[in-house]
Amino acid sequence: MPEKPVAIFATCLVDSLYPDIGMGMVRVLDRLGIPHTLPPAQTCCGQPAFNAGFRDDARAVGRAFVRAFRDCEAIVAPSGSCVAYVRSHLPHLLDGTPEHGEALGLAERTWEFSEYVVDVLHKPDLGARLESPLRVALHNGCHAMRFGGIERQPRILLENVRGLTLADFERSEECCGLGGLFSVKMPQISTAMMEDKIAALLASGVDVVLTGDAGCLMHLNGGLARAGHSLRVRHYAELLGEAL
Amino acid sequence: MKPVAKDFIPASRIALADDHLRKAIFAGAMRPYLQAAERWAETSGRERLRTQAREARVRALRKLPELLERLEKNLLSRGAKVLWAADAEEANRLIAQECVARDARLVVKGKSMVTEETGLNQHLERAGMEVVESDLGEFIIQLAGETPSHIIAPVLHKSKDAIAKLFSERLGLPLTDDPAEMMRAARSYLREKFLRADVGISGVNLAVAETGGLVLVTNEGNGRMVTTLPRTHIAVMGLERVVESWKDLASIVQLLPRVATGQSVSTYVSIIHGPRQQGEPDGPEELVLVIVDNGRSAILNSDYAESLLCIRCGACLNACPVYRRVGGHAYGWVYPGPIGSVISPLLLGLAEAPDLPMASSLCGACRDACPVKIDLPEMLVRLRAEPPMRRKGGRMMSLGMKMWRYVMLHPSVYRWGLAATRFLTRPWHGEDGSLRGLPGPASAWLESRDLPAPAPRSFRALYRGPER
Ligand code: SF4
Repeated sequence: MPEKPVAIFATCLVDSLYPDIGMGMVRVLDRLGIPHTLPPAQTCCGQPAFNAGFRDDARAVGRAFVRAFRDCEAIVAPSGSCVAYVRSHLPHLLDGTPEHGEALGLAERTWEFSEYVVDVLHKPDLGARLESPLRVALHNGCHAMRFGGIERQPRILLENVRGLTLADFERSEECCGLGGLFSVKMPQISTAMMEDKIAALLASGVDVVLTGDAGCLMHLNGGLARAGHSLRVRHYAELLGEAL
Repeated sequence: MKPVAKDFIPASRIALADDHLRKAIFAGAMRPYLQAAERWAETSGRERLRTQAREARVRALRKLPELLERLEKNLLSRGAKVLWAADAEEANRLIAQECVARDARLVVKGKSMVTEETGLNQHLERAGMEVVESDLGEFIIQLAGETPSHIIAPVLHKSKDAIAKLFSERLGLPLTDDPAEMMRAARSYLREKFLRADVGISGVNLAVAETGGLVLVTNEGNGRMVTTLPRTHIAVMGLERVVESWKDLASIVQLLPRVATGQSVSTYVSIIHGPRQQGEPDGPEELVLVIVDNGRSAILNSDYAESLLCIRCGACLNACPVYRRVGGHAYGWVYPGPIGSVISPLLLGLAEAPDLPMASSLCGACRDACPVKIDLPEMLVRLRAEPPMRRKGGRMMSLGMKMWRYVMLHPSVYRWGLAATRFLTRPWHGEDGSLRGLPGPASAWLESRDLPAPAPRSFRALYRGPER
């Protein structure tokens, strides 16, 4: 058990658009008896600017991120994408700034939600139970999967939920087409990718799609809603919180 | 090939709008991708192989001048001629001179990306020579007057029917849907050219410095014909395509067919150490190697040197969700897909291919697929940060980023800004909490996707600390 409370990094998307995801995560931590805090100075890790090529802006925001979390023993975030960024890009970007050393340390103490529960807390089975059976597709965000190595952990958590069945779908490892600025700079290509992903998810006949990233969720739900489908994507933290 | 890499966005719409083309491209990329995945799964010690291959390439780049000199020395000692070309123009000029000096009328070619890059065919044709591509894919492309859309499978975008039609129109073959028959027709057409050709021009997959060997990895056997039948063989290579030793080559040659086409071995690996030596029964009388820089040494001395590790296997194209949807022609130049999005701006100049670095969702599939582990997403992001790219993004974009930065650096402004955004966008809130018809930068998103409005209460407003 951690001594100090674990610091929640809500991420800007969850904080502003999907607070229920954060609340789901809080519920899981509460049930596990893990104390937590929400460092008030946090906003964003800076990834959007970095990926768009605005390194100075990303650096400034990244330094503030490091300062906001500098005293925290462990940080947990409901986003594999942000975690992958904090781990593999931020320290490099802050090379030559006063926060570089701290960024290196933070990179080792920052965890994605499912990763934290499975690998750090060693709680693969949360004892979660669904009232009625649910067939679920798990969409792994690309950054989480390829840059953060987060793929196994959410699967383990979900496999241990009573009443939940994971279903396969076509080309599950392909990107949903979000990619930050890409989605608005090249909307046609982004949409073509999204449409194929949606078609594969619909074809799998699942009741709900789960993911660990609010970005993918926003993109796919945006497309599903626009096309008039009733299928929705949810964050697994939210579902797990409800099923406890 | 004249670059039109500037037009990526409009060009990408051609495939997106054409169902047949889109399906052909998707299937054409998926097939080798899946086959490669299968081969990969059954390869023992695959990660070690990948590491070895990468190390071999890294070592080669580190010692590049020395290795090129050794290669040259070894080739010269066996009577080959070695020429150095600083750019495309010089490469074309030198090659044309060699051809003219031999009074060449007919030139047969094996597959070579670097001569696509320099536009050699057009140059030789303008000088009055007949140039015939002998790789089946390249041959079809040449008949159709098109450009390759994939570095391994140049005709990936073309259906079998379209090729049949082309063959019947151009070669007088009766319409057939039997690929074997089409192949036979191409073969007999080409055989006659091989026998008459004065010069054979080939690419080089890799050269091995320690002995001065040029290595060609092919599947059709045309490479052997090009390099042995005509009296003169001219091999053309980019200056980065060298490795130090045969041991280094071994790891790469094991990888290449696996990741490129999903074969465990390619049909032919040709090794050429010079022109025909005394007492040898066959081979060309003369061998000329042309080593082309054309922007490569500048890349070597930049932050993008890693891109020169590339062995042109095409795996990153097949893995790329963007390539799978728009195909190779959209990229507007010889090198499509993720590697093209990195090296086209570097070779042509950033201003000539301003959209390519943005043509990626940074999903990382290319990085996983690359046999020499080139961090393509990292380089794409780095390119986006280059000043000419930023200008292309426009002043609005920079301004937006400055605002974003200000907001993110001031948590109180951020909190307030969230509430203000919710309030100001109210006219566009739909019943389901989504924004509809919002003007400005959101409109590109909203064309095909809904966007949620900010939550009535943010997470930080809801958060109450741990449950007691
Ligand atoms: S970048 Fe890597 S995957 Fe792409 S063509 Fe080059 S070697 Fe192959």
